[in-house]
Parts: sequence; structure tokens; C-alpha cells
Amino acid sequence: MSDALLSAHNLSVRFGGVLAVNNVSFDVQRGEVFTLIGPNGAGKTTVFNLISGIYTPTAGHITYNGQHMANVPPHAVAGLGIARTFQNIELFEHATVLQNLLIGRHTHRQTGLWQEMFFTPQTRAAEIAAREKVEHVIDFLDLQHHRDSMVAGLPYGVRKVVEMARALCTEPQLLLLDEPSSGLNVEETDDMAFWIADIKNVLGITVLMVEHDMSLVSKVSDRVLAMSQGEVLAMGTPAEVQSHPGVIEAYLGTIDDVSSLRRDSTKEQRP
Amino acid sequence: MQELQVIFSGVAQGCIYGLIALGFVLIYKATETVSFAQGELMMLGAFCGLGAMQWLGWPYWLAVPSALLAMGLVGWLTERVAIRPILGQPAFSVVMLTFGIVYVARGLVTMIPNVGTETHAFPAPYKDVSFDMGGVVIGATQLVVVAATAGLCLLLYFTFRYSRVGIAMQASSQNQLAAYYMGIPVKRLNGLVWALAAMVATVAGLLLAPITFVHANMGFIGLKAFPAAVVGGFSSLPGAIVGGLIIGVVEAMAGFWLPEGFKDIAAYIVVLLMLVLKPNGLFGENLRKKV
Amino acid sequence: MRFIFKTDYDQDIRLAKHGGHVFWYGLLMVFLLTAPWLIEEYWLAQLTFVMIYSIVGLGLMLLAGFTGLFSIGHAAFLGVGAYTEAVLSAQGWPFPLSLAMSAGLSAAVGAIVGLPALRVKGIYLGIATLSFGFIVEEGLARWESVTGGNAGKHVKAINLFGYEASSNEAFYWICLVVTVVCTLAVLNLLRSATGRAFVAIRDSEISAQSMGIHLARYKTLSFMISAALAGIGGALYAHKLQFISPDQFNFLQSIDLLLMVVIGGLGSIHGAFLGALFLITMPQLISLGKDYLPDAIGQAPGLQAVVYGLVLIGFVMFEPMGLYGRWLKIRTWFQLFPFYRKGMFKRQKSFQKSDRLK
Repeated sequence: MSDALLSAHNLSVRFGGVLAVNNVSFDVQRGEVFTLIGPNGAGKTTVFNLISGIYTPTAGHITYNGQHMANVPPHAVAGLGIARTFQNIELFEHATVLQNLLIGRHTHRQTGLWQEMFFTPQTRAAEIAAREKVEHVIDFLDLQHHRDSMVAGLPYGVRKVVEMARALCTEPQLLLLDEPSSGLNVEETDDMAFWIADIKNVLGITVLMVEHDMSLVSKVSDRVLAMSQGEVLAMGTPAEVQSHPGVIEAYLGTIDDVSSLRRDSTKEQRP
Repeated sequence: MQELQVIFSGVAQGCIYGLIALGFVLIYKATETVSFAQGELMMLGAFCGLGAMQWLGWPYWLAVPSALLAMGLVGWLTERVAIRPILGQPAFSVVMLTFGIVYVARGLVTMIPNVGTETHAFPAPYKDVSFDMGGVVIGATQLVVVAATAGLCLLLYFTFRYSRVGIAMQASSQNQLAAYYMGIPVKRLNGLVWALAAMVATVAGLLLAPITFVHANMGFIGLKAFPAAVVGGFSSLPGAIVGGLIIGVVEAMAGFWLPEGFKDIAAYIVVLLMLVLKPNGLFGENLRKKV
Repeated sequence: MRFIFKTDYDQDIRLAKHGGHVFWYGLLMVFLLTAPWLIEEYWLAQLTFVMIYSIVGLGLMLLAGFTGLFSIGHAAFLGVGAYTEAVLSAQGWPFPLSLAMSAGLSAAVGAIVGLPALRVKGIYLGIATLSFGFIVEEGLARWESVTGGNAGKHVKAINLFGYEASSNEAFYWICLVVTVVCTLAVLNLLRSATGRAFVAIRDSEISAQSMGIHLARYKTLSFMISAALAGIGGALYAHKLQFISPDQFNFLQSIDLLLMVVIGGLGSIHGAFLGALFLITMPQLISLGKDYLPDAIGQAPGLQAVVYGLVLIGFVMFEPMGLYGRWLKIRTWFQLFPFYRKGMFKRQKSFQKSDRLK
């Protein structure tokens, strides 16, 4: 059994009176695409924020590569090899796409302050090396004609791709994608599916994603975790989870709720 | 005994700071913009009152409400002409605009021949009255400051808590776009808030004028009101008053007990301590962006 | 319309992006180098002032325009630099050493002033820096044994390892060299990882953190560099005025610096220079215009304040991108003539949405 890259053990976080995440445990195996699904407010993005170090768990812990993530500050998470995208795009609006992607290379920086101030040949070489890596990602995601555009002026679909590109530029081992297909049309979602598959197969990056689009989930995921109201409902392959009665209930309601929508057969029929 | 007197004058001064801070916080709560112009509005309000009494010859009880009305109008106009067009710009731009207003207000007042550059005594009817309370001499000017501040606060509290306008203001401060969709006339409300803030500043000016006289540099006192707002928590109305009182008392005590020069910077040391210990102020909210 | 055909990564990394840059900036440098022979002494002195303020403006632009940290007490760093230089040059230190000390001491003060920045943002940071500004000003006034207090302090001429640079021309050249070095240093920072980290912090702190940027370290760094630049400017300022007193570094001076940076154009290096140019030429223009106005307005003491205020309000309302932004629009108009569209530089309005959780 291959070792887990990331595991959450009995993870819980409480905000005031609200238990946003309650006793959630799961493993993400190396090289797989693991999806979190669940209705809105289930706590999926909160789990991401816990992994990124933005929130601290009130109970339980997360291990990454065997190492406890308890005292890792948010800015050190990228250095460990975890990159993420945000649900509501958090790009650097007043910079170009290229600059956004170059910022993604920050953890691989080799030059110090004084070298940069004098722009030594080493700095120049480092800049060119960073640019080469960024160009690989641009080619991978077809962002060539957006290189020098200001992010603020880009359409939503392109921004989502730039967000993912920026995360890829950090050369992560684990990529956290928060609703990668939200706001995208059918073609863009198809592209996204291919890219996620490529990220897994070509780049060898483990993907943990939150998603609502079930077709994308079925196409791309190896395993799925369904959450509702902060708790784990079911975990398994996409087919298993989608047929799990608890999951169906969380999304569609129980048989009693549905039956009230049926027309009452004893009522008068139209002539 | 002298300590009590010092403390009381600190309380009175603190009320002034609190009133100006109240103006900032009103504007901040409603529009999440910071206005550095409150001090100047206070100065203009004092000049208005002075002008009504000295050059129009009106009695005090007429000059005060007319100054309030006039400054309310000025506040509303400022919002309409200068602030509304820049809705949607980053917060820093708005702050710089209020600095521009500071420059213009000071400049205009100093340009008025003979009046602007001099210091004038303010003929308030209670100016020379004082009470001797068991050895502690308290001027009526200070008592009126404290009483008026308390009254004004109660009035504002009830307005915000129970009136539709108050609730609408809170709504538009949290999410302008949603407030628009809900049918709240956001722009009109903003004008109202600025008018209100200007009137509060005018009250402060009219209360302060008998104590410090009326002159063009009165607005600098407004700078000390910022520490008051921060200490109280920038989005809390009662916090503004409490912050002002704290600053006023600390300042008065620093002037009395500490060596020369500490009085001027006491307010700033307090605010730095507060930012280190409790960045959101005493009553402030937790600022964190939800991603 | 210039289209740059890119064939090399270096083209994006280079400072001069195309021939036009090389030509025009080269011409500027030629003018600056020959200025002592081309223009009168009075205007040379004004040009020197422009350069001094530009250096300070570079620092403030880096802090406010590129890192998004607003400092309303920046004159404090100017004062620390000025006084350090005054004290050390009076003790006979050679200029390069005393300049380095001014920069270093200002940077240290900058690190302290930057401490609140690690915990608070936006207006709270502004108030913190404002408070520091007042405290430093008061400190300079009270520490009489070193600074001479409110009575002020005389500053000797620059001492370059024995050579006394007391002439206007010599001082001009020293300022020119310092300005060019500082500008290049800042430009280099901005085109490398540190500069990008600053921009990241300005645009989205949470995102910057998730990219591995240590917020506390970079914010402190930004404060330190910005303060160091202001300190260098202050040192030159001290020598230019030859007499400094604490009230020259008060709140009004801080607001003037901010005004300079905003009118110049926030977020651009050109803005620092254009703003400095504005700050120095505005009083000249006002004095020129005074003669055409009726006495009641022209001779009034508040005229300069009113004009500054109106110009600032005007820029914020009608030209938020500042002088540099206006220049960009004019240049684009000429380049695209007659196809320039009115809304080309329009940014989408962002409706205010509270960042508060509650």
C-alpha cells in the first residue's frame, strides 16, 4: 500500500459556536486525484484553509510526508510543496500574468537582497531560469497570448487558469484546487478535466480538489470524500460515493421530501 | 485635590477628542472610508458659530443651531461634490482626498482678511461661570462639554439602534452592492452620514471654542482624535468616546506628572501600546478576509 | 505605435525595453550632466531639491505604491537621516561614511516603525506611522544634547575625505550620483524576486503567503529600504539647507511627501520624480501667478494651501493615476492617433465590500 502524502486525523475546527469541521479524517495517496464534494457550507474550503495553515485546528492534526503540520506557518506551507488555488480568485490584480506566475517561483528563489539591488549576473541568470520554468507552465496551459496582460482586465475563465498556473509554478508535490470549474462553461470545463488529468499523469502531481461538477468529478477523480455540515459522509470511488444513500440525501433530500412534490392522485383531474 | 482637577480637565478634553473620533467612526462605519478632515470641520464649525455671533450679531442659542445646520450642509456638499464621484477607488485615494480637504479648509480660513490669521475669544454665555466643588474648581465650559457629549451619544445610540436609517447605514457599510440591490439609497445615506459627522464635529468645535479660543490651527487637535478612535476600536461608536476619554485623561496626567514634552506625545504612545496589545482596539472587530 | 518583437527573455528583464528608452533617457542624462553649464544657479538649486525629494519619493513610492503600506509619518525618517548627517559631519566624518550611517540609522528606525505593520493593516498602520512621526519629531526636539533641540542645528558642507564640496556645482553632482544609484537600486529590486514579493503583498496578502512569501520579513524590509532612502534624502537635505530644526520634519512635511507620491502617480517610479518636480515647481508657479490675482487673494497666506488642496483633490477625482498616468494617456493618444478610445485606461469600479468578518 503506497504511503499517504497527506493525512488528516480527526480534524476539527470551531469558530465561536460553529463547528465548521467535525472529526474529519482522510488520506490522500501519492499520485492520485482526491476530491472533496458536498453541499455548500459543508466545510470543504475550511479543510483547505486548515491544510494551508490559514486556520489552526481546534482538534486533530494533519500530517504531510509523515511530518506534523501543527506549527507550520502559512508562508512555509508552499516551501513544503503544497500549492493551492482559491475559490474566489486571489490573483495579483495590478500585475501582469507573467509577473503573477513569476511570483509563484518565489520559493525557489536563490538571490539575496544585495545581489538583487546590484542586479549581479547571478540575479540575471536566476531571473532567466525562473522565466524558463514559468514558460513551461504557460505552454502547458496555453496562456501564451495573455502573458503581458494585466490580470485586472482578463475574463473570468482565463483568470481561473492563471490561478492554477501560478500554483503550478511553485513546482508542488500536492496541488489543492478549490472549485476549479466554478464559473467555467462546458468547453472550459472539458479543458480543465484534461489539464487535471495531465497534471496527474504527466507532471506526477497529487491533486486534492473541491468540486461541485459531478461529471468532472467522475471523469478525473480516483477517490472521493463526501462531506456535509462539517462531517464525513462517505469515502470511496466516485461511483461508490454517488450511490451512497447518505450522500443522495444530503444533495437531494429524503424520499419523504421528494414525495411531497408528487401530485396528489386523489385530487380532481383536469377534463 | 489638584489631581482631581487635572483628571476632570482631562475628561473634558477627552470628550472633545471623543466627539471628533465619533465623526470619523460614523463615516468609517457607514462607508469604510477614513476622513482626516474632521478636525478641520470642527474648526470651521467653531468659526461659523463665532461668525454668527460676532458679525451677524445673533445670540448664542440661535448661533449654535445655525452653525450646526450650515456645517451639516457643508458636510453633505463635501460628500456630494468630492466623495461620491470617487466611489469605487481604493481606500487610500479617499484618504488623500480628505487631506486635500484639510489643505483647502485651512487655506480658505487663513485667507479671510484679518480674521483667519488671528485668535478670537468665543463669547459663550457660560464662559466665565465656574463651580467650586469641595476645593475642586470646575469651569462651566468643561461641565457643558461632558454633558453635551453624553447627551449626543445617547441620541446617536437610539438613532442607530432603532431607526431604519441607522440600520440602513450599517447595511451599506458592510456590503454596498447588496445594499443597493436591497433598495437602500446608498448615495443619499452617505450624504446624510457626512452631514451628521460634520454636525458632530461642529458640536465639538462649539464646545471647545470657549476653552481654547477660535483659531485656524484648531484642526490639529483633530489629529489626536485618531488615536482615540483606534484605542476604542475603529468601527465602534461607544469605543470612540471611551477612547477619547482615555486619551484625554492620560494626556492630562502626563502633563501633570511627567517631564516636559510627554504631554504632546502621550496620545501617540497610548495608541502604539494599544496596537501592540490589542490591535482591534477595545471594542473593535476582528478584521480578516474570508477566502 | 511601437510593437516590440520579443525574441529573448532578456528583453523583458532589461531596464531599457527598446531603442526609444535608450534615446530619451540618454538625452536626459546628458542634460543632467551638463546642467551646471546650461542653467542658472537658482534653477540648479531647484533641480537639486527635485533630486533630493525624488530620493525620498522613491522610498515612499516603494512602501506605499508598491507594497501597499501607507506611512503618514514619513518625515520622521527624513529627520533621522538629516540629524544623523548633521551630527556626524560636525564630528568630521567623511561623507560616504556619514551617508551610510544616516541610511542605516533610518533603516533601523524604519524596522521599528514597521513592527505594527506586522499586526495591523490599512488605516491602523497609517495611524501607527503617524504616531511614530510625532514621537520622533518630539524626540528630536527634546534630545537637545545631540540635536540642539528646537533651536536648530547648523550643518557643515560635505566632506569627501578631505575635499570640501561647498560649491553649488559640486553638491549638485554629488546629489546626481546618489540619485542615479538609488534609482537603479530600486529599479533592480523591482524587476527581481523582492520587488515582486512587495507587489504581491500589496495585491493579496493571503495569496502572497500561499506562494511562500514571509509577510513579516518583506514588510519589515520594505519599511527599512524606504526609510533608508528617506534617510539618504534627509542627509542631502541637511547639507542643502545648511540649517535644520525639528519642525521641518513635522506632520505637514509627511503629508507633503504623500501628496508628492500621489500626484506623481502611485505605483510607478516615474511618479516619484514627477511628484518631486510638482512639489518644487508648484510654489514657483504660485508666486508667478500671484501678480495676476487681486491682492486679497494673491497676498493671502493661505493661498498655497488652497492651491495644493485643490490640485490634490482634482488629481484624486479626475486623474487617479497621477501625473504619470496622464502622461501615459497622452502618449498613447499620440501613438494610436486617431484610434485612441476614451475608456482605454478605465479601471473597473470596485464596490466597497467590507473585509470585516462580522
